[in-house]
Amino acid sequence: MDLKELYRDVILDHNKRPRNFGRIESADGHADGHNPLCGDRLTVWLRLKDDRIEDIRFEGRGCAISTASASLMTEAVKGKDKATVQSLYGRIHSLLTQQDAMPDASLGKLAALSGVREFPARVKCASLCWHTLNAALERSAATVSTE
Amino acid sequence: MAVTASRIAPAPVLDVERVRRDFPILERTVNGRPLVYLDSAASAQRPLPVLRAVEQYETHCHANVHRGVHALSQAATEAYEGARERVRRFINASSTREIIFVRGTTEGVNLVAQSYARPRFGPGDEILITGLEHHANIVPWQMVRDQTGCTLKVAPINRRGEVELDHFLSLLSPRTRLVAIAHVANALGTILPVKRMIDAAHAHGAVVLVDGAQAVPHSTVDVRALGCDFYVFSGHKLYGPTGIGVLYGREELLAAMPPWQGGGDMILTVSFEKTTYNDLPWKFEAGTPNISGAIGLAAAMDYVESLGLEAIAAHEQRLLAHATRELERMPGIEIIGTAHHKASVLSFTMDGVHPHDLGTILDAEGVAVRTGHHCAMPVMTFFNIPATARASFGCYNTEADVASLVAALEKAREVFA
Repeated sequence: MDLKELYRDVILDHNKRPRNFGRIESADGHADGHNPLCGDRLTVWLRLKDDRIEDIRFEGRGCAISTASASLMTEAVKGKDKATVQSLYGRIHSLLTQQDAMPDASLGKLAALSGVREFPARVKCASLCWHTLNAALERSAATVSTE
Repeated sequence: MAVTASRIAPAPVLDVERVRRDFPILERTVNGRPLVYLDSAASAQRPLPVLRAVEQYETHCHANVHRGVHALSQAATEAYEGARERVRRFINASSTREIIFVRGTTEGVNLVAQSYARPRFGPGDEILITGLEHHANIVPWQMVRDQTGCTLKVAPINRRGEVELDHFLSLLSPRTRLVAIAHVANALGTILPVKRMIDAAHAHGAVVLVDGAQAVPHSTVDVRALGCDFYVFSGHKLYGPTGIGVLYGREELLAAMPPWQGGGDMILTVSFEKTTYNDLPWKFEAGTPNISGAIGLAAAMDYVESLGLEAIAAHEQRLLAHATRELERMPGIEIIGTAHHKASVLSFTMDGVHPHDLGTILDAEGVAVRTGHHCAMPVMTFFNIPATARASFGCYNTEADVASLVAALEKAREVFA
């Protein structure tokens, strides 16, 4: 187990200085995510234009993996249409859970999360924000849970 | 832990190196490092005498209990009922009729909630708990509140993580029907002044349930000296198996309570019109019990008594004091729970490092601690933190384990520098 694989510089940086942190006052959709196992909570706010995520912000309290993953996610999906986000979500899921998944170039900085799969107890930390984004996209205000 | 008068002469010193040889799991490595197990408050490891007692039973004596005239059934029944007598002696109950085997502390609390409280309580009645309780000593009472319309009150805690005794006493009244309190708080290690709380509750006519899950591994418990009405604990925190625990109840109370679950073994006669229930304690043990668990628990009690509970407690208190000093010296570490009387539990946070990340980094160094809310979310809310890391010490831990913890925490600091 190599901690450097998990806590890469990109992750530590996004944990310390999360991007797009805060809330959107006139959001088109938002959702709350909760990981009852470790108490991580986050809220994702969205502003949509047609099919595109025009703006996205998140707020929450969680571990470094969950905070950095949410921060990286907001950077990656801003300006993208829903179909692109769905496809990204699928590739991130594979990256987090499949031993042989290789990060492709289109993942950009999100590839920094590839170390998480060596730490099965932490996969939910990294995936919570994506589940929450999905719920926000459906404009559901319901709380999603990783359990 | 000043819960009972001492039954043993001056505490013998624990030979920890010898004790460690009794726990084969301590020889393994985790992530290439020697295991440093600091999570006994979640579940303690089992010594060889417990493992052998269970193996011996499963290999040579297993059959169902109370059911057959054949040799194995009789051997199993003798071993199972022998375990009950062992438990009776361990907590100094008057009779084995007062010892109910359950799955664990949680089931014991639920049994009392549903069989004692639910049929008796109604609007105007009050149940009093404390702000330190484990979810298992909160939720069953909330269920009773919702089922009966009674009121649930909570005695608050202070910044040290102690129950404010005056406030607790002021909440007692003739409306108080039941008081449910931890003997030792699991998240913070606080030892509660249960004897005083029990006496005060009794003065108001309330019955008292004590959650002893975190107390029995660290002290001699004498239920008659305490005077409690119910006492519950789990085997696996006492170096015994999982899935076995004990509900002690005063016979007079248990006798008046209806069975909680129906089934085999808890009856004397059954017809489609009418069933007569079995005597205590079997009235509360429907179905085939956890026979090997009870036997393992009895072996665990033999084991800790052979080491001496006072010797264990003295050893753990030395380690706790040492670890507390070490962690207090580290910048950015805050110890959560600084009660004057504590069991060997050290809950803490590290500035800038979430407890979940701490848990992972410590694990990579072979150090096992619990991280999270410790099934005590109201305690976390009180301190306005989402979680803590919790190191807890058992009879097999050493100062070298504390040094490994400190080194692993320094590693975490480096990773997050």
